[in-house]
Amino acid sequence: MTDVRVAGVGLTRFGSHPDRTGRDLFATAALRAFEDAGVPREDVEELNYGNFMGALAEHQGHQAPLMAEAAGVNCPSTRYEEACASAGVAVREAVRTVRAGDADVALAGGMERMTNLPTDEVTEGLAIAADDLFEVRAGVTFPGAYALMANAYFDAFGGGREDLAHVAAKNHANAVPNEYAQYRKEVSVEEALDAPPVAEPLHLYDACPITDGASALVIVSEEYAAEHDVDAPVAVTGTGQGTDRMALADREHLARTPAADDAADAAYADAGVGPDDVDVAEVHDCFTVAEVLATESLGFFEPGEGIAAARDGVTTADGDLPVNLSGGLKAKGHPVGATGGSQIAELTRLLRGDHPNSEHVADAEVGVAHNAGGTVASAVVHVLEVAE
Amino acid sequence: MSDDAPAPASNGGYDEWLDALADGEGYALVCPDGHGSLPPRRVCPECGSASLSAEPLAETGTVETHSVVHVAGPRFADDTPYATAIADFGPVRLTGVLRGVDPETDAVAVGDRVAVGLEERATDGEPLVVFRPAGGE
Repeated sequence: MTDVRVAGVGLTRFGSHPDRTGRDLFATAALRAFEDAGVPREDVEELNYGNFMGALAEHQGHQAPLMAEAAGVNCPSTRYEEACASAGVAVREAVRTVRAGDADVALAGGMERMTNLPTDEVTEGLAIAADDLFEVRAGVTFPGAYALMANAYFDAFGGGREDLAHVAAKNHANAVPNEYAQYRKEVSVEEALDAPPVAEPLHLYDACPITDGASALVIVSEEYAAEHDVDAPVAVTGTGQGTDRMALADREHLARTPAADDAADAAYADAGVGPDDVDVAEVHDCFTVAEVLATESLGFFEPGEGIAAARDGVTTADGDLPVNLSGGLKAKGHPVGATGGSQIAELTRLLRGDHPNSEHVADAEVGVAHNAGGTVASAVVHVLEVAE
Repeated sequence: MSDDAPAPASNGGYDEWLDALADGEGYALVCPDGHGSLPPRRVCPECGSASLSAEPLAETGTVETHSVVHVAGPRFADDTPYATAIADFGPVRLTGVLRGVDPETDAVAVGDRVAVGLEERATDGEPLVVFRPAGGE
């Protein structure tokens, strides 16, 4: 089995791009990834591309060949759909393909275009990540599902809206210097608490925004990097995926995410590291409570203890374990099918030292990315390490 | 309906379950190990057993979590704000809209007892799984 390196990363600015198509967004991210990698696009042997709601947003199915064209690559190309974890599974497939020796160079990432739809249609579109018969028709929205998890958490473990507001304030502060972030403005705990409700107990600043954007990564084998003198100091040393029952009501516990536990266990075992080794994490905070659940599944905190981490300063930029230094989905934005790739791009930049927030993790050697789909019926975890 | 007209699209299993719920005869599918699930099922999603029998839901359910939805999709546009809940009905938990209380978080509590039935969405009259307070603890 060969080792896998991230040779280059590319992102579009996350936000509203009303005058651009999905194909142009992914083309931009891919162009930047190739520039960053210094790898010729003709060496790409596989495209693994994530997208969730392109059939609704752009009336465009069968997107992988279209995105291969946009990126200027000519190779087998496949679209992965796992709701908000689409790009995470796409990256995972690229890692597995390179490890297996089936390709030396893969392009992985994703794209989502969302702001061209009215808010109620995006709400409806995101809801299709839940069980249509027994959840969506029963009144569950995407924020509503996480609201159910939040109240279940408060009931089981304690904590409340103010704890979640600290997560929002932390991630908004982290996004300020990030040139790719959608919201580069600070939000105070008080502003978060006073914002209008979306699905109580979650209010506006508990929720990620609606976002257009794309991510792309050039993934190479260690041998390819050495032979071609590619500067690729960050390795993907662990990958894991977990699947749970689709509907939240069918989960063993309404305030836990076992699919992410499984993904984390597998990724840590794969890398030969544990939660105590992790220096920095990018986690799937589509809602503030989701960050809490993610950090518990990743083993950073016992169940019921993650809620206080932002308030206590453990996960802030200057804390012992900074979480979502990019701003997270919460403030950087959440173009659903691109997010999993974006997290790994941000983590790579943080570990290489060329992220605007790298100063907070100057000695970091191990990073973890956690990407979740739906109410975490799907989860993907990757471990990245500084190899050189 | 004449024989040559196409049958309207349906969700087999689910639609029959809704009809049973409307008649006060809601059920879950249960395997010999006691795992409950909702139709349609060929096998138990927990253990794969193909031996599934319909068993009645508990008469009242217990609220395990709840929320109040203020922003919804087009199919629920005229229903907002509304309370939703997940309630334990014995072999399975159900997800539904909670009516008969003010749509405020303080009006619902974990542990509340609810009954389940079939009502209509305010927005478009489509069938909706609805909980109503059953009274008592």
